[in-house]
Amino acid sequence: MREVDVAQVAEAVARLCQEANMDLGEDAFAALERALEQEESPVGKDIIGQLIENARLARKEWVPMCQDTGVAVVLVDVGQDVHVVGGSLEDAINAGVRKGYKEGYLRKSVVGDPFERKNTGDNAPAVIHYRVVPGDKLKITVLPKGAGSENMSALKMLTPADGLEGVMDFVVQVVDEAGSNPCPPIIVGVGVGGTMEQAALLAKRALARPVGQPHPRPEIAGIEEKLLERINRLGIGPQGLGGRVTALAVHMEVYPTHIACLPVAVNLQCHAARHKEAVL
Amino acid sequence: MTPAEEERAVSLKQVTTPLTDEVVSGLRAGDRVLISGYIYAARDAAHKRLYDLLQKGEELPFDVRGAVVYYVGPTPPKPGQVIGSAGPTTSGRMDPYTPALIRAGLKGMIGKGLRSEAVKQAMREYGAVYFAAVGGAGALIARSIVDSEVVAYEDLGAEAIRRLRVENFPVVVVNDRYGGDLYEEGKIRYRLE
Repeated sequence: MREVDVAQVAEAVARLCQEANMDLGEDAFAALERALEQEESPVGKDIIGQLIENARLARKEWVPMCQDTGVAVVLVDVGQDVHVVGGSLEDAINAGVRKGYKEGYLRKSVVGDPFERKNTGDNAPAVIHYRVVPGDKLKITVLPKGAGSENMSALKMLTPADGLEGVMDFVVQVVDEAGSNPCPPIIVGVGVGGTMEQAALLAKRALARPVGQPHPRPEIAGIEEKLLERINRLGIGPQGLGGRVTALAVHMEVYPTHIACLPVAVNLQCHAARHKEAVL
Repeated sequence: MTPAEEERAVSLKQVTTPLTDEVVSGLRAGDRVLISGYIYAARDAAHKRLYDLLQKGEELPFDVRGAVVYYVGPTPPKPGQVIGSAGPTTSGRMDPYTPALIRAGLKGMIGKGLRSEAVKQAMREYGAVYFAAVGGAGALIARSIVDSEVVAYEDLGAEAIRRLRVENFPVVVVNDRYGGDLYEEGKIRYRLE
């Protein structure tokens, strides 16, 4: 058993919270540069230019690219040969979030109870998804998720008869109805299959993929491409003010499902496709 | 200047707050505008309080006549910064409170995303304008905010009402007083059937 101390976990999470918010990945930058070439609307071009300038400025001055520094979604791949020592893994992740959000001057946006709505003051707790995987490493991905795009996400339990067409129509409909609210150009995370909660998690995990990297299965990659084309025909454009580029990419993940089920979840992500990972 | 900057420079309108009826009447959906002067940062909780005061017929904590509100919840400033990242939040959440503020004299709003029919109607009836700032461009926008001072509801923390002095704050007119709506018009213009 390889040992990983919780103190290392907390340090890594704290660092990733800051990096994710300040330092837009090269994948997202490249996608914005491509979008700048493709966009025909003058207002849309101007907006994409501002987004690129904004991301550069955030990285240079080490300030958040967006004021909504999100709820910290943490994806943890726990190798089955890792022994976490020194305390609770979950406590360490939350301690990392507290430290990262404080030291990075990130906005604390988490309320402790959905009805009382009192801010916890430190952005904890994180939303954590664990997965046990082979190996002796711990992989941690921090994906700060802002509300503007999260609120426009949706899930539907389709029936097998709805098929691929039904799935595609639903995805396009969700993006169309979201319009300007999720801060387009967006990345569209789609989860198909499994059960209700599994589909939602697949959609979220799809957002952690490098922007524009196609699915390894060619038939799924083909669906992603068709969806992107349909979405970019909607005309919503950058910030919803009209244009060719409504989405930078569509990422779909699939999973086996029940004979009677066809769950589909759509998780929207603004252009600030923030995700940073560390392997301990 | 890059071509994008050049294009921006030639088609920009400059306005200074407070907004007069005349200025509002001169703005059309699609105009790119640079705002200078004072604007008021206010979001959900502050709006609820302002609305409750208006319902009771009481004075507001700032002069709303000709004012521009900005829907924003900035990040905490780093030492030496006037304000942290300060991009717009989704305006639709303010819709239930906005028509009353427009009736009281509010002339401009800055945010992102769609407005309700009731808001758009109040804008037509009383003459007001809705601007979109670039959602997510919080670091860039913060550069045009040169001063920030809490003027009301300090207890709301990040949601307190702040008076912000802005210089050349970049926005686009989405809804004008004539019923123009760039979200609808822009989408129709670029939609491919």
